[in-house]
Amino acid sequence: MKITLKVWRQSGPKDSGGLATYELDDITEDMSFLEVLDVLNEGLITSGEEPVAFDSDCREGICGMCGLMINGSAHGPEVTTTCQLHMRSFSDGETITVEPWRADAFPVLKDLVVDRSAFDRIIQAGGFISVNTGAAPDAHAVPVPKENADKAFASAACIGCGACVAACPNASGMLFMGAKVTHLGLLPQGQPERDARVVKMVNQHDHEGFGGCTNIGECAAACPKEIPMDVISQLNKDLRTAMQHGR
Amino acid sequence: MRCVATSTLPPSIQARRTTIAMKLVMAVSGSLFVLFVIAHMYGNLKMFGGQAAYDDYAHHLRTLGEPIAPYSGVLWIIRVVLLGSVLAHIYSAFYLWSRAQGARTTKYRMKKAAAATISARFMRWGGVALLLFLIWHILQFTTRTINVNGSHDSPYDNYVAAFQPSVWWVFVIYALAMVALAMHIRHGVWSATQTLGWTGNVRARRRANTLAITLAAVVSIGFILPAVFVLFGVIK
Amino acid sequence: MTDTITEIPVAPTAPEAPSPAAPPAPTAPAAPVFDVPLENAGIAHGLYRDGENISDTKAPPGDIQSKWTTRQFEAALVNPANRRKLTVIVVGTGLAGGSACATLGEAGYNVKAFCYQDSPRRAHSIAAQGGINAAKNYKEDGDSTYRLFYDTVKGGDFRSRESNVFRLASVSTNIIDQCVAQGVPFAREYGGLLDNRSFGGVQVSRTFYARGQTGQQLLIGAYQALERQIAAGTVEMNTRHEMLELVVVDGRARGVIVRDMVSGKVETHLADAVVLASGGYGNVFYLSTNAMGCNVTATWRAHRQGAYFGNPCYTQIHPTCIPVSGDHQSKLTLMSESLRNDGRIWVPKNREDCGKDPRDIAEEDRDYYLERIYPAFGNLVPRDIASRQAKNVCDDGRGVGPAIGDFRRGVYLDFTDALQRMSAEAVAEKYGNLLDMYQRITGENPYEVPMRIYPAVHYTMGGLWVDYDLQSNIPGLFVTGEANFSDHGANRLGASALMQGLADGYFVLPNTIRDYLSHGPYPKVEETDASVVAARTSVQARITKLLSINGERTVDSFHKELGHIMWEYCGMERSETGLLKAVDLIRGLKDEFWRNVKVLGSAEDLNQSLEKAGRVADFLELGELMCIDALHRRESCGGHFRVESQTDDGEALRNDDEFAYVAAWEWGGEEGMPVLHKEDLVYEYVHLKQRSYK
Ligand SMILES: Cc1cc2nc3c(=O)[nH]c(=O)nc-3n(C[C@H](O)[C@H](O)[C@H](O)COP(=O)(O)OP(=O)(O)OC[C@H]3O[C@@H](n4cnc5c(N)ncnc54)[C@H](O)[C@@H]3O)c2cc1C
Ligand code: HEM
Ligand code: FES
Repeated sequence: MKITLKVWRQSGPKDSGGLATYELDDITEDMSFLEVLDVLNEGLITSGEEPVAFDSDCREGICGMCGLMINGSAHGPEVTTTCQLHMRSFSDGETITVEPWRADAFPVLKDLVVDRSAFDRIIQAGGFISVNTGAAPDAHAVPVPKENADKAFASAACIGCGACVAACPNASGMLFMGAKVTHLGLLPQGQPERDARVVKMVNQHDHEGFGGCTNIGECAAACPKEIPMDVISQLNKDLRTAMQHGR
Repeated sequence: MRCVATSTLPPSIQARRTTIAMKLVMAVSGSLFVLFVIAHMYGNLKMFGGQAAYDDYAHHLRTLGEPIAPYSGVLWIIRVVLLGSVLAHIYSAFYLWSRAQGARTTKYRMKKAAAATISARFMRWGGVALLLFLIWHILQFTTRTINVNGSHDSPYDNYVAAFQPSVWWVFVIYALAMVALAMHIRHGVWSATQTLGWTGNVRARRRANTLAITLAAVVSIGFILPAVFVLFGVIK
Repeated sequence: MTDTITEIPVAPTAPEAPSPAAPPAPTAPAAPVFDVPLENAGIAHGLYRDGENISDTKAPPGDIQSKWTTRQFEAALVNPANRRKLTVIVVGTGLAGGSACATLGEAGYNVKAFCYQDSPRRAHSIAAQGGINAAKNYKEDGDSTYRLFYDTVKGGDFRSRESNVFRLASVSTNIIDQCVAQGVPFAREYGGLLDNRSFGGVQVSRTFYARGQTGQQLLIGAYQALERQIAAGTVEMNTRHEMLELVVVDGRARGVIVRDMVSGKVETHLADAVVLASGGYGNVFYLSTNAMGCNVTATWRAHRQGAYFGNPCYTQIHPTCIPVSGDHQSKLTLMSESLRNDGRIWVPKNREDCGKDPRDIAEEDRDYYLERIYPAFGNLVPRDIASRQAKNVCDDGRGVGPAIGDFRRGVYLDFTDALQRMSAEAVAEKYGNLLDMYQRITGENPYEVPMRIYPAVHYTMGGLWVDYDLQSNIPGLFVTGEANFSDHGANRLGASALMQGLADGYFVLPNTIRDYLSHGPYPKVEETDASVVAARTSVQARITKLLSINGERTVDSFHKELGHIMWEYCGMERSETGLLKAVDLIRGLKDEFWRNVKVLGSAEDLNQSLEKAGRVADFLELGELMCIDALHRRESCGGHFRVESQTDDGEALRNDDEFAYVAAWEWGGEEGMPVLHKEDLVYEYVHLKQRSYK
């Protein structure tokens, strides 16, 4: 295959950046999208040009480190992560535009690499169950209905890649937050801190500069783990309940 | 360097300052509008019942609650509540709008929509259009500051005069407004159920969407129908 | 079944042949070890020298059951008021490091944590699929701490330390309690209780799992506990920071030199103790199932500072991975081994058929080689055997799939029979997500065309040598998780790496490190201290050197070549000639690397080529040591198959008389040769036995 890549290049957080165009031949359908960037980089280095910086680690679709805006879609045309996207999803001769996640809460560090530490701070604000090591009762002490356990798992499948924010026209992080609030809120262990958790997390989310949600649904459509909008509904409900309990 | 937000306010107060609380304001005020437009539309359908029916209805609106409430009392209460809702709705709309602008100051060179309905994408500008329309509508029918085709004492006569073919553009304004309204309700009703936390599973989500589409269709068609009949001279 | 089960039969279920080491039985597999060279090639070629034997001095004497409680009691306490004054550096925040940071933070120590990813949630532990073992005996099927201990020692092919393994088995149950309390959504039964499955060929159901994403869920649990401590101010988290050197002052580990991967700043961090939880080094093979960033730098730098490296050559190679598809492949993907339960493995009998569509190859022209060679176990032979035989048939020119170079690496894993026997729906129900994953990666539909698989490097049992306290031979340097030489001997059982990581981090290290810390705070070290300055200067000098070579070849090209050498000569099958050749090749490559590598960009910037270059430089040195270790171990054991040590019918032959020890290697200096220290392994509880699958 032959493809043309238009890649966002930005030398640092303060640089304004722009798209650079590269032509690549010898691309095969079996290559993953990131392997194409690897090939591009090998070529760039050999010709003395700095390679394109981009994040990836597991390349198995589970660590959430990768994440690019490919032809205007978060993680590209398939419902999967960038690392699991293969070139057979593109046609020969295609021009592919590659940009970093764009959100002011995710500032660009270099080229396609962004800083997603805002997500960690949202978790710090309350995305956990407070139990010190050694303080746990026997695992069978509290049964959890299978249905809840399964749904909690489905929400906990979030990989924190940030595609939801990248795809959202408001750059909102509600799907990410909703997934965590739903996961912990469905389990008996998560009940004691439930009200405080949702309030603190949403506050932190707003403080980080993410936009508010307007229920458009781009996030769920982009989510490589197919986390549904349900979790945002649950998040809204939990926040409303917390407001009522507080009165 | 950003850090974890710390606040000494009690959680319930903190909760009231979040973007989700803003959304709740929109959802509640928006729902009031929806109830209002449904009632309003129902009233307008009285045009099909003839002049007496329609004028009676308009009169009844003012004598509603009498003798406990004074003449026009309930109507004024409704107006105040609606006005308050409009202000709250507009405030939160612009707040979220400006937040969204600030949340992505560098735009994508290329961005595709995968799930957004046209209605969802038209929410903000559509809302502004509705606001402009609302002002026009009040000036035309409530205060009668704008006089298009003669002013009458009977609301029925006013209605009929407004949609005569000679002033076809008035009809066009209303038709466009109803398209905007339909779209606003389409996304708004779905969005409000989601904001209120009632759509926690696939079935509920599907139901909310069906409700939204139905309401959008019923309200917009219900509103425009009498006007169409006037335009074509069926209602005179 | 929607789960990904990774691991199936291993040693324990194997019918056992009487051990040659046990009272000589007449039926013992005749052990005509052919071809064993009389002299030790490593010594003869001056590749290493022998040092003094070492031993673990921390495990208290007494019955194995009471060792851990005794040690916990004997380890001195630290006054809560003093904990704040004690700083612990933890490098790596995967399962092993993240759990340790959280626990130490809760206890009130001052923790400084580092990881190279942008968030602790992304550590490689996230990729583990199958599950985590714990001797809960919730199924009342006869499981117990003792049985888990027994299975693990045997599974490790008698190359691990009994005391450590027993402790691992006994704290395994606490891990599950802790994780459930944190909200880890393990699979449950309809009654609301936890579900278990049998895994790794053991006869009991002791594996807890969260669909095919157990590692992810456990890591998120540890990550959340860690984030909670970050918010509480007890842990200072430094993401996108890579440790590049260990600081040793007066013989004690006192800090690390790290590079801020965003600003490029080289920073010095000092502490009372240092914990390395930096994961495994499977990426020395370039292609592996490890994450792209997995590296040996943290442990290798510590090794160069004096820490012994234990059993570097022990590598686990997983048989069911998706084969390499082309020259540009960057990483291999594991598929659950459970596929072998219903899939049949074959290659064409004739080389001419290899390029054909498999569906056009007649039944009689197919070689179901595992079923042929191991009629009793068939496709369910242990990992190492399945892997090695796949290599054999491919080396024989009968591999399938696209030719990479002039060689086809792949064998068929065929579901045709299963599809006929069970219906497509039933197959989809059981293996749907795996088959979908296969299709996404290869673009082939496994319901129509047989899948192709090939073995891939998956886990490294070797790592820094540690005692019962998880302390290396450098006082104050502790090593946990995959980074230490671990509790898995020569072969790791399925679902036990997660167990070890969390056991180390939540329950073992916090108890043992306090004994060391109770003697602190240690004398304050200044950044101007000569050892600190030396460490820092060497890091800076290395960075400057890498950027100044400006040669012709990219870092990746060196890494690929190294991986190729390692795979060829230090992979599934090792021989003296091959290993000697590999040492030569690696030395040549290392030499060229330092003359001819091309690293662009600057040091004061996010520079991914520079990061890679540093890692590959360390892999080159590690690779050499791995080959030397493999060369000196003239026996086949666990994942290590030495051609010269096999039975008449080509099976692995362990040599307990000569090799029942841990090889702990000491860095011999830039120009010197590594020094071998042996820690003898004594089996008091589980008796030495040879495995056999025929
Ligand atoms: C595909 C796959 C499937 C697996 N499935 C299973 C399974 O089912 N059951 C099971 O028990 N085991 C399984 N394993 C093995 C298991 O996942 C790992 O052995 C284990 O998770 C390792 O944990 P760790 O905490 O030691 O290291 P890691 O999780 O690798 O963490 C290493 C940490 O160190 C940091 N780090 C590394 N180098 C540096 C440096 N130089 N400077 C700073 N930080 C550094 C990293 O950022 C990271 O935080 C699987 C492994 C793979 C690859
Ligand atoms: C006055 C002018 C108006 C403006 C500027 C406006 C603007 C908006 C905006 C920006 C939203 C949020 C969009 C989103 O959720 O995606 C919204 C939501 C909504 N609007 Fe309006 N709107 C106006 C009038 C109306 C009217 C007349 C109605 C009555 C039908 C209405 C009903 C709603 C409803 C029900 C919602 C959903 C609330 C929610 O999202 O939870 N709005 N409006
Ligand atoms: S690199 Fe891990 S999800 Fe893509």
